[in-house]
Formats: sequence, structure tokens, C-alpha cells
Amino acid sequence: MAEGRVIPIVPLSAAQAEVDRVLTICNACRYCEGFCAVFPAMTRRLSFPAADVDYLANLCHNCGACLHACQYAPPHEFAVNVPQAMARVRGETYAGHAWPRALGVLYQRNGLVLSLALASGLALFLVLAVMREGGFWQRVDGGNFYAVFPHGLMVSLFAPVFAFVVLALAMAVRHFWRGISPGEASGPAVGEAARDALRLRYLDGGHGEGCNEADDRYTLARRRFHHFTFYGFLLCFAATCVATLYHYLFGWPAPYGVTSLPKLLGITGGVSLVIGTAGLGWLNLKRHPTHGDVAQRPMDRGFIALLFLTASSGLVLMLVRSTAALPLALCVHLGAVMALFLTLPYGKFAHGVFRVAALLKWAIEKRQPNTVGVGE
Amino acid sequence: MVDVLVVGGGNAALCAALMAREAGASVLMLEAAPREWRGGNSPHVRNLRCMHDAPQDVLVEAYPEEEFWQDLLKVTGGKTDEHLARLAIRASSSCRDWMRSHGVRFQPSLSGALHTARTNAFFMGGGKALVNAYYRSAERLGVTVRYETPIDRLELQDGRFVAACAGERRFAAKACVLAAGGFESNREWLREAWGQNARGEWPADNFLIRGSRFNRGVLLKHLIDCGADAIGDPTQAHMVAIDARAPLYDGGICTRIDCVSLGVVVNREAKRFYDEGEDFWPKRYAIWGRLVAQQPGQIAWSIIDAKAVGRFMPPVFPGVRADSLPELARQLGLDEATFMRTLEAYNAACRAGTFDHTVLDDCHTEGLTPAKTHWALPLDTPPFHGYALKPGVTFTYLGLKTNEHAAVHFDGTPSGNLFVAGEMMAGNVLGQGYTAGVGMSIGTAFGRIAGTSAARAALRERVHG
Ligand SMILES: Cc1cc2nc3c(=O)[nH]c(=O)nc-3n(C[C@H](O)[C@H](O)[C@H](O)COP(=O)(O)OP(=O)(O)OC[C@H]3O[C@@H](n4cnc5c(N)ncnc54)[C@H](O)[C@@H]3O)c2cc1C
Ligand code: SF4
Ligand code: SF4
Repeated sequence: MAEGRVIPIVPLSAAQAEVDRVLTICNACRYCEGFCAVFPAMTRRLSFPAADVDYLANLCHNCGACLHACQYAPPHEFAVNVPQAMARVRGETYAGHAWPRALGVLYQRNGLVLSLALASGLALFLVLAVMREGGFWQRVDGGNFYAVFPHGLMVSLFAPVFAFVVLALAMAVRHFWRGISPGEASGPAVGEAARDALRLRYLDGGHGEGCNEADDRYTLARRRFHHFTFYGFLLCFAATCVATLYHYLFGWPAPYGVTSLPKLLGITGGVSLVIGTAGLGWLNLKRHPTHGDVAQRPMDRGFIALLFLTASSGLVLMLVRSTAALPLALCVHLGAVMALFLTLPYGKFAHGVFRVAALLKWAIEKRQPNTVGVGE
Repeated sequence: MVDVLVVGGGNAALCAALMAREAGASVLMLEAAPREWRGGNSPHVRNLRCMHDAPQDVLVEAYPEEEFWQDLLKVTGGKTDEHLARLAIRASSSCRDWMRSHGVRFQPSLSGALHTARTNAFFMGGGKALVNAYYRSAERLGVTVRYETPIDRLELQDGRFVAACAGERRFAAKACVLAAGGFESNREWLREAWGQNARGEWPADNFLIRGSRFNRGVLLKHLIDCGADAIGDPTQAHMVAIDARAPLYDGGICTRIDCVSLGVVVNREAKRFYDEGEDFWPKRYAIWGRLVAQQPGQIAWSIIDAKAVGRFMPPVFPGVRADSLPELARQLGLDEATFMRTLEAYNAACRAGTFDHTVLDDCHTEGLTPAKTHWALPLDTPPFHGYALKPGVTFTYLGLKTNEHAAVHFDGTPSGNLFVAGEMMAGNVLGQGYTAGVGMSIGTAFGRIAGTSAARAALRERVHG
């Protein structure tokens, strides 16, 4: 081993030290190497400094397989619980890499922050609706939202928030990326990381039967509901993008007909999101109590609930557009969207960008020669 | 009354229960351990040795029957029943599909160890995942499982099984399979078997048990007392040298020390006692437990220098580390002068050729006793590391004599409805020695045979009785 250390030794947090302890046991055992990328990545190391712990923790999909299969799981005195140890560190990495730095504390009170954001978003739009005189219980010609909130007003509210979200997440992941010193990303590595992320490869259990939820049985439920959620989110996002193009490029203002592209995308996306988040919420309630970090449940559930509310209120809005409930439904929907956007960089959504970064590092790293050649 | 009673809850018991149930018998399984400790030694296993004539799913090349048999013959020094051994070997070639049908999953050997990917199929997630899969399957098929039910005696009548008892509880059945493991966690029995040595020590008192604390051999002893035929020697067991700081029970795989062949091993008197470079470590793995058991205090230290780091499986506990050999001796509590004499003699005797820890290389010692025949590099590059070793018992070989139907024998006569599988009879095949993965080959083959035999016996009785 190289004696003269070039990497400064950063003291480990308690959560990082636990991952270090657990992975030292795993590295001497290695029975779980087939489940996911964490174990093959681990075998390239003999020790686990802070940056490696952060990287490996974000490579973990919290699938639970290595807990149910662990011969050293509690009540064994070694008390190995990889998914839980990893989840705690992930929580710390989200907070520790948050941008601006000071806002990292928002993670600690995530449930509260979410509710406040939701309440203020709602209040904002209700007050605006009242101020624009019509109030929030009235019929609107042709279901035209812009009669309630003019397009310009919506853009002036959402565009800065959206820009901030993108900036905050980009800065956070950049900070994380630098910390884990990943090396050069080649085309094939990027392609593989993207595929793994889009397919949620590591929720297949390594044998295609899925991961663990309530017990040692394998199930594809989480992978599927996550797909519904993620692709539903993308479809809704695409709907917004197409609508924006229509508006600015072609000068076709909303509302659009049910068979228009933005509507089709939005409806499919909304339904998919509702199915996905309902499924994920249900799985989260039934999850084996020792998987993951119980302290992060408010964050997980808050995010799932907010996504569900955003999608379902969007669908409701569609249904009530010709009734007097339109302005109210619009306020609820916009309030939820606003809350969702405001909290994206400081909630469960962050796992997406950190995980993709970790997957990319793994895709890069596995293409490099392994310097630890222990043989068998 | 239930048709088949299965005593035990590990691999052999599960194989028997599943086969009996598939044959149409009603099955009750009695496991001594609580649910969270279920499965005995089986949650600690990693792979299964499999014969195959051509590449097959996770197995590369071929490992034909004859080669498997020769390997077994070599490690056992002939202490094996060829008929039963060949039965197990052949069964190992066809059991994987059946295992898969009950949810067991195999994985390609990712560590790229070609020689093990040829002979052994690795379980995805290891033995605990296998045990979980079998329990799920058993539950689905309607096998009843009772945990925390340690059977302490059987009711027998003229060599036939009548009932099993756990304290006040009595379980009658038409047939029974015994698969309650060896006696490795019965400290008194180990002590008695190993006795007192010339130094006045009781060596077994210093043994660690790598597996389950529930394999106490209560039934084995009871059956031998009842006149069942036994086979094997109570001091024979799979014993490896493991980290002396390992827990007393269930230390499992991670407490192994893999650097023995890369350095030297000294005993409490700071002297070497065996050729550390005799052969590849996986082949020699299972002899070091007994070697250490014969040393004073049943302890030894594996010493390496910086050159070895990264070339062996990372140890679970950090070694004692020092910047010079005398300092290492002091930290390990070994006599510094003797230690230095041993190390200096070794270093001076090294005839370094081309070091390669993946082949039997030409680095050896000259004029040294005991010699180190391969991988002999001088220990000269600080920091130095020392790992204390103790004997770790994997499982014992003394068991019940059996035949190709897995029947328990009384005075040479096979019982009509009492069968045995797994560690409780592995000694029929493994009189001594060990070759990786063969415990599961024997347990799976005989577990399945015992389950089938028991179902047949029970269903026959159902027709006639
Ligand atoms: C660390 C370790 C690693 C190993 N690795 C491998 C490997 O990779 N490959 C391999 O082939 N072999 C391996 N072995 C050996 C392997 O564990 C055994 O060969 C195999 O698991 C034996 O299965 P079994 O069902 O006979 O016994 P066990 O799995 O030990 O099961 C015995 C069962 O009986 C129960 N029991 C005990 N007494 C009673 C009683 N009185 N009443 C009711 N129930 C009772 C126990 O609780 C347990 O459930 C390993 C062993 C260890 C310890
Ligand atoms: S989780 Fe447990 S069984 Fe899996 S590699 Fe780690 S220590 Fe081994
Ligand atoms: S919980 Fe799943 S994803 Fe995480 S380390 Fe374990 S097996 Fe891998």
C-alpha cells in the first residue's frame, strides 16, 4: 500500500463510520456480490475513506436484498445492516452537498418544510385568485386558466423557481461529484450509467426477480411503481415543455383540446404518476421496518404525497374545467406544483441526481483496472 | 398423525421436507433455533460442488465424476464410502434445476476465480438466501414449521421410529428424517473427544465454532446410546485457522485469515511449525485449524509485510501493525529474541525467484526446517502485520452410518422409517479432510434421498395401516 498519503484524511461522521465498519465485514465476506453494483465496487477497495463511503452509499438502491441474505444481520453481534447504514449516509450527503450550503438543514425538518411550502403555495394562489377579483368559485369561459391567472403572471412565478431548482441541484451534484473524484467519463460509461438509471437495473436483484419489500420475498413492485412515477413525471414535464413551445414558437395559447399533444402527454403522465406514487406510498407503508432509515420516512412520504397531489389535482382540474370549481382546483394544483418545485432540491428528489452520479462513477470505475488483486 | 417428521432446519432438513411434501406426504419440520437463527450452519455456506461434463449455466469447462471422486479420495485419504460418495457426486450434477424450482439462485463467480467457477456453483446472496428461499417454498407447499423446538430424544421400537420429544412435547409420525447437524457447538463433547494433551491443556477449550450454536449433537449422542450404528472419529472435523478475535459462534466466513501462504506463521514460542507455501491456500485452508490446534495454547500468528497487502482477502479485523519486526514481536507478546531468530533464519533462507501468488511459483527456502516451498519472499518491507489465529471448527464428521436410502442402521440393519441426512451422516463420505462445497453436495443429495425414502415409508404405512 502506498505510504505517503495524498488524500487528506477526513474524519468520518458516525453514519459514515458505520458504513466503514459494515463494509469491512462485507469485504471479507462478499456473499452479496451478485445483488448490485455496491459489492463489486467495494471489492476494488481495502479501506473506506469518507468520499468512498458517500459514493457507495449513493450507489445503493436500498433494495433490501443484502439485509435479508446477511448471515451477520441482527441479532448477530456484528449487526450488519447495509441498507440502513447506507440510507443514513445518503441522508447526510443530500444535506452536506446542498446548495446553498445553509439550506442543507432543510432536510432535517423535511416534513415541516414540505407542509409549509405546500401551505404557502396554496395560500399564494388563493390570495392571487381573490385579488384578481373573480374569487375562487366561478365559471370560466371555455375553461381558460389564463382568465384566472394570466400567462405572464404564471411565468413570472414559476420561471425563477424552476431556474433556481436546476441551479441548486446542479451545484449540489457538482460538489458531490468533485468529492468522489470520479475520473474521465467515456461515451460508453455515460451510456451505461444512463441505461442503468433509466431501467433501475439494480432493483432487479441480480436475478431479475426484483427486490425485497415487506419480507425476504423478491418482488418487482417497487421497480414498476418507480417506473410509473419517474416516466409519469417526465411525461408531465414534456407536456409543459411542448405547451411552452406552442405558446412561444407558434403563438398557440392554452387551453388545448383533449387530443392535443400537451394534453395527451399530461394526461398519460398524470395517470402514470398517480399509479406510481400510490404504489410507492403503499409499499413505503408496508416496508420491512429495518430497511433504510426510519428518520427519513417523513421526507420519503412527504415527497410521494406531494407528487401524488400534484398529479391528481392536475387530473381533477381537467375534469372540473367547465364548472365553477375551476379556479379553486387551479389554485390547489398550482400550489402543489409550486411546493413541489420549491422543495425539489431539498427533498427525496435529490436521490435521483446523486444516484445517477454514483452510477456514472461506477460505470467509469469498472472500466479501469482493478488495483486490488486478491484472487481467491 | 403427520406422515413425515423432519428434525432440523438447515439445508438437509429443508431438502428432505420439500421432497417428502412433493411426494405427497404431510410434513412437520422441527427446528431447535428461533426463527431469526434458523438454518444452523447452512446460512453460512457459499457454494455447492457440482460434477458436470460440459459447461453448464454458472459452471465453466467440465468437472467429471471421476475427477470429483479423485479429489474426494485424495482429501479423505481413502476414508470414504465409494458407493455413497459417487451417489452424492452424481446427484450434484442434476440438483440445481430442482433447487432453482424452489427459488435458489446461482450467480456467476464475479471475483473471476476460474478454478472455483469450474468446480463450484455459488449461491446468489449465499446460504441465508438459499435457506430463505427453501423456507418460502416449504411454506407455500404446506410444510408446517415449528421453531424453538429442540428434540432431545426419540421413541423407538425395534429400530422403527415412533415419536420425537422436545421436553414435554411429543411428536408422533409415520416416518422421520434426522437432519440436526453435527455436534460442533457441544463444548463438553468436543472437550471429551480431544481430551487432555501432553502439556496438560484441554485443546478443545480454545476452539471457536464458525457456525450455529444450536448444533449440539444431542440427538446424535442419544441415537448412538440407543444402539444406532455410528461412523467416524469424534476428533475429525472441518477445521480452519481463523482470526482469534472471532466470536465464539457464528463467525462464519468473514473471520478467515487468507494471508498464511504470503508470509510465515509462528506459534506461541515464536517458532515456525509448518510449510506455509505447501499449496494454494484454498487447498490448504482446511488443514491449518488442526495444525494450530496442536500448538501450545492452540494459538499462532500469521506474519506478513507490506508486500502482501492487497493480495489476499481483506481481513475483517485490523492486524497488529508495526514498523519493525522486533516491535511487532513486542506488540504480539512474543519473545523478541526467538522471534527475530526465526524471522532472520527465514529471510536468509529465501531463494527468491519469480514471485507469482497465482501459480506454484519458484520462490522457496533452502536449508530451513520446516521449509517454505512456494511464495517465499523475505519479510523486509514495513509496515509488518500480525494476525492471531485460533482453530475454528466448521462441522464435525462423526455421524450415523447409512446406506443409499439414507436409512439409520441399528446393528447393521436399516430402519424402515428412520432416515438421516446432512452433517449428521456426512462422515460416511468424509472420514477426514475436506474439499470446498462438498458439505452441500452431501447434504443436498442425502436430504433429498431421505425425504423421498421417508415419504415412501409413510405412504406405504398409510396404505397398509
Ligand atoms: C462458515 C461456514 C461456511 C461453510 N461453507 C460451506 C460452503 O461454502 N459449501 C459447503 O458445501 N458447505 C459449507 N459449509 C458446511 C455446511 O454448512 C454444511 O455442510 C451444511 O450446511 C450442513 O447442513 P445440515 O442441514 O446438515 O446442517 P445445518 O445447516 O447445521 O442444520 C442443522 C439444523 O438442525 C437444527 N438442530 C440442531 N439440533 C437440533 C435438535 N436437537 N432438534 C431440532 N433441531 C436441531 C439446527 O438448529 C439447524 O437448523 C460451511 C459451514 C460453515 C460453518
Ligand atoms: S451484507 Fe452480510 S452476507 Fe452480504 S456481503 Fe455483507 S456481510 Fe456478507
Ligand atoms: S440494499 Fe440492495 S442496493 Fe443496497 S447494497 Fe444492499 S443489495 Fe445493494
